[in-house]
Amino acid sequence: MPLVSCKNLTLSYESEVAVQHLCIDIESGDYLCVVGENGTGKSTLIKGILGLMRPKSGEIVYGDVNRKEIGYLPQQSAIQRDFPASVWEVVLSGCIGKHGIFNVTYSKEDKERASKNMKIMGISDLKKRSYRELSGGQQQRVLLARALCATTKLLLLDEPVTGLDPLATAELYSLIKKLNREENITVVMVSHDVSCALHDSNKVLHMGSNGAVLFFGESDEYRESSISARFLRCDCACHGRGEHNHV
Amino acid sequence: MFELISEMFSYSFLSRAVIVGILVALCAALLGVTLVLKRYSMIGDGLSHVGFGAMSVAIAMNAAPLAVAIPVVVIAAFLLLRLSEKAKLKSDAAIALISTSALATGVIVTSLTSGLNADIYSYMFGSILAMSDGDVYLSLSVALVVLVLYVIFYNKIFAITFDEDFAQATGIKTRFYNVLIATLTALTVVVGMRIMGTMLISGLIIFPALTAMRVCKSFRTVVIFSTVISAVCFFAGMVLSYTLGTPAGASIVATNALAFIIFFVIGKLSAK
Repeated sequence: MPLVSCKNLTLSYESEVAVQHLCIDIESGDYLCVVGENGTGKSTLIKGILGLMRPKSGEIVYGDVNRKEIGYLPQQSAIQRDFPASVWEVVLSGCIGKHGIFNVTYSKEDKERASKNMKIMGISDLKKRSYRELSGGQQQRVLLARALCATTKLLLLDEPVTGLDPLATAELYSLIKKLNREENITVVMVSHDVSCALHDSNKVLHMGSNGAVLFFGESDEYRESSISARFLRCDCACHGRGEHNHV
Repeated sequence: MFELISEMFSYSFLSRAVIVGILVALCAALLGVTLVLKRYSMIGDGLSHVGFGAMSVAIAMNAAPLAVAIPVVVIAAFLLLRLSEKAKLKSDAAIALISTSALATGVIVTSLTSGLNADIYSYMFGSILAMSDGDVYLSLSVALVVLVLYVIFYNKIFAITFDEDFAQATGIKTRFYNVLIATLTALTVVVGMRIMGTMLISGLIIFPALTAMRVCKSFRTVVIFSTVISAVCFFAGMVLSYTLGTPAGASIVATNALAFIIFFVIGKLSAK
């Protein structure tokens, strides 16, 4: 049984259709890369899977994962960038989903989990630092550690490398790859940065205007296809990353 | 200095105002941190104007001001929050529309009935004499409710303030907490209006949070420091008001502004 399965899913904002008749299965262990131009419903699909939006028609069926146990790395907002919070406070807040309404404090297990995830992300030494003083790459790693506190199975990443420099981008990609391969976490990543993203993913969903599906299948197939040709050609910002990554 | 303070407290209406005011200042500071960070600063201002409108109508109809104002302002808080959620870009304009309309209604109703009298003046700019015994008990219970709920829901309030989408995705009922924050803000505004005045109450909400953010690096320290600075500024403002004979609300906002400037400079210097 797939981990998450979208069955003829249509999502819309009031009158505007963002995702149309989408049928995809996300299997456990997948690294799915969702690509497409701006305004093609990529982020909307993520919100749909998270349950932040109700489907207009069709349905999303969850397999061996509770909807509330999905780790989410949202696009950063202006509010967060300059938010007075310590790294520890932010990471720990990933555990909040398991709390009942009158659960006032974090448990020992919560704290252990937060510490463990900070270690995986290589940010243990930033624990007491203020979130707003960190670099863009460090902030994303903090948010990724927070997302890991909420899940052990499925991560949804919305444009995780936007605004990062090439080195920080490469680092974040290799961390995400590590989570997918070593921690066996299923990854769904929305990205503009197609050629880089394709490098690690095993499946691709390419969305077109009005949320129509242009391609869904294996990454290797996608690379050969005519749809990817136009998209990949204009995307040369981080060629050579592959070599860099294997050093 | 001590003589001055003990002289102040020998007036029972003054000590009453100080006790109630400090509690309201604590609540305003706690809620202010979330409101400022979520970019809802203007909601406090809008609510106070709605409160003014409601109180003016209540006085014209010979009804108890707070009994009318509290439900009206709570409803307005729901509406303003909905507006902010739905149309993020236009919400500041919507708040201005609602608040000026409420203010205009209040002024028209009053001038048609009793004329702009001392009561209305005290609602505009606050008065420590405006507190009746009933007001004191109401203020105390409101303050207590706000403080207790804030402590109980502290971690959730942090999660929602930092990232509402993430919190909702992990199963937090964000709508419930937003409504709770709006309701608590409405209560704090209505109660605080009596001392601070319609025009000045939002200063009590916004200043302490902004001051604390100049120097504090974690959410917890921002919350704690803003309550401390709020209480200290309130007290200093009252002392200032007593010695200079200036209105209490304005004096309190002035001390808050001074504290903000001091910590702004400290923040800049320590960043170097």
